[in-house]
Amino acid sequence: MGLPLGAALAACGSSGPTQTGAGGGGGTGGTGGGAGKATYWYLTGQPNEGVRTRAVERFNKANPNGQLATTTFQNDAFKAKIKTAIGAGEAPTIIWGWGGGGLRSYVQAGQVDDLTSWFDENAAYKDRLFPSSFGAATVDGKIYAVPVETVTPIVLYYNKKIFDKVGAQAPQEWGDIMDLVKKFNAAGIAPFSLGGQSRWTNMMWLEFLFDRIGGTEVFQAIYDGEKDAWNNPASIDALTKMQELIKANGFVKGFSTITADSNADQALLYTGKAAMMLHGGWTYGSMKTDGGDFVTGGNLGYMNFPPVAGGKGDPSNTVGNPAQYMSISSKATAEEKEIAKKFLLTEMNADAQSKDWVGITQVPIVKGIDAQFGTGEDAPWQKFVYDTAANAKSFQQSWDQALSPTAAEVLLDNIAKLFQLSVTPQQFAKNLNEVIGK
Amino acid sequence: MTVPPIPARGSASVAATPGGQGRGLSWLAVPALLFFVAFAVIPLFGVFALSFTTWDGLGEIRLSGLDSWKAVLSDPGLPHALWVTFLVIALSWAVQTPASLLLGTFLAGFQRYRAVLAVLYFIPLLLSSAAIAITFKALLDPNFGLGAGLGIPILVQDWLGRPVLAFGVVIFVVSWQFIPFHSLLYQGGVRQIPRSMYEAAELDGAGRIRMFFSITLPQLKYTIITSSTLMVVGSLVFFDLIFVLTAGGPGDATRVLAVEMYKRGFMANLMGPASAIAVILVLVGLALALLLRRLGGRDQTHSQLEGA
Repeated sequence: MGLPLGAALAACGSSGPTQTGAGGGGGTGGTGGGAGKATYWYLTGQPNEGVRTRAVERFNKANPNGQLATTTFQNDAFKAKIKTAIGAGEAPTIIWGWGGGGLRSYVQAGQVDDLTSWFDENAAYKDRLFPSSFGAATVDGKIYAVPVETVTPIVLYYNKKIFDKVGAQAPQEWGDIMDLVKKFNAAGIAPFSLGGQSRWTNMMWLEFLFDRIGGTEVFQAIYDGEKDAWNNPASIDALTKMQELIKANGFVKGFSTITADSNADQALLYTGKAAMMLHGGWTYGSMKTDGGDFVTGGNLGYMNFPPVAGGKGDPSNTVGNPAQYMSISSKATAEEKEIAKKFLLTEMNADAQSKDWVGITQVPIVKGIDAQFGTGEDAPWQKFVYDTAANAKSFQQSWDQALSPTAAEVLLDNIAKLFQLSVTPQQFAKNLNEVIGK
Repeated sequence: MTVPPIPARGSASVAATPGGQGRGLSWLAVPALLFFVAFAVIPLFGVFALSFTTWDGLGEIRLSGLDSWKAVLSDPGLPHALWVTFLVIALSWAVQTPASLLLGTFLAGFQRYRAVLAVLYFIPLLLSSAAIAITFKALLDPNFGLGAGLGIPILVQDWLGRPVLAFGVVIFVVSWQFIPFHSLLYQGGVRQIPRSMYEAAELDGAGRIRMFFSITLPQLKYTIITSSTLMVVGSLVFFDLIFVLTAGGPGDATRVLAVEMYKRGFMANLMGPASAIAVILVLVGLALALLLRRLGGRDQTHSQLEGA
């Protein structure tokens, strides 16, 4: 009986996807008539979209007999559409995603192929990639996705101009952060910018605090579904420290009204209304575009999250998106799967594409890519991102991607309440213990 | 949006025509009926069936008896969402009804400046809910929004970050969007009231306010019921604006039933419980609509309008 609903949903997610037949824009393409076509959906939004499009064009040009047909979607439309399409058995051959809990739900439904043996056959290919990128591609010891594209850790940004004005130094540990909060509040500047309405923005703080205080084991236990894992003393300590920072007015006034999708949180940093911001590496590009001479004038400082005194976590650890992921639909035909694997092997993570990513200030997940950063104005940033990712003992995937969608929704909900101070750390842990392993 | 059943002058005579003609035209309802069955009735049964299953939207659909219903009914989120939904219905009704009644009465006059104003008032009706929500979100931004831009400190609030404020914002924006529509209903209603009644009242020495309460308001009884039904049922399934504006937040302060349903189904991948909530929504909506009909149905003689 679910069929009418599923069919109706599949029909309504079409908020402007653009379909391109194989060979579209590929110059000599279009001669591959009669040959099989694998399908691949990806996200719009320049400049990343351009890199993806060019990769497909190169592939279709080189492979007239086995082409890729693409459809592009805006981010949120994609998330809804891919889920429905997979559920309805209409998935594209190549399933692009964020790995982690989402991938796990595809695996449990038997919708994606096990690629472990493929990686064994192509060991050299595997060795070129950041080892940390495979965690989110692995479910129960088997690899179900190829890590692709770029690495984007979460970074502590600060406004150097404001720091100079107040005479402050970048924080070396958590205690410094609490001191800086007092200092900036006294100077009438918000210590931290935060787009709290988006909820995952708040989550980045907890990801770091959990790691720095208790090490990687704390979240690992949650991820592995251990009973009452949120009750770990390190977890309660992190949640308590979080609320202390909120109570000390660590975040800009009205942060729960600010959204990250409007980039208003970044604007607070580059307009000097806030001194610091914890945010994804992807905001570097937008601050450079929107912030006038803020980035190009050398006013943007960045660093890894500082340690917490007495904490167990390795200060080199980072969190964020270790990579993006491509899986192969188990419902595809053998021919489609062959084309998709060829695309993964010859085009994804290959030199041509890596150069393209570097060209738009991103850092691809390929070892040794730092040799190509050159000496441009973005080179120090790229070097920093590369070093952060390459030196990290652990690269924790964002929690909402790592957990199952069911648990992630409860998590984000409770994080919003934690930041509202409407639940205590103990209640937070209790609410989340209930959805462990779900 | 359903067409509001504004009492039409001619309806009495149509109903009075001999049955033969009416039967001859009943096939005209077939296309509408087909669409209704295909897009409303069949999915409704689908949802009802899904509420007895466990499905994550991806894998197999497994029958699981009353599991989903137990999960939904034992969750403290349900009474909370019901209460929030009720508050949205009650408050948006209480704000919109007087405002659109007065506006509608005002716009029923035939003066030219009122026609100009009428066009201006109807602009919100032309905008999509998502666009309205995004615009208000930008205006309410404490650092770059209206308050900061105009330098008015009272407008610089944590509008969407405090439960009470966020709730107020939702009611305000909903009202802003829908008052024009209901004003339009009332404008039509007022224009149907026979002039002669006002002339008679004037001869008897009644003032404007007296005329409003003794003639306009009683004569608008059915328009009020129509408009209220649309408001109540409309607020019950209100989703897009709230979802874009607050996403049910802060925390769960503005999480109405429809948002709760979406979050469970499409964000938490729990289609079974989401379907159970959908069934509850349908039942509550039916009950409310029936209740409102009954409230209006008691004394048919009250209106002096032909056919009403």
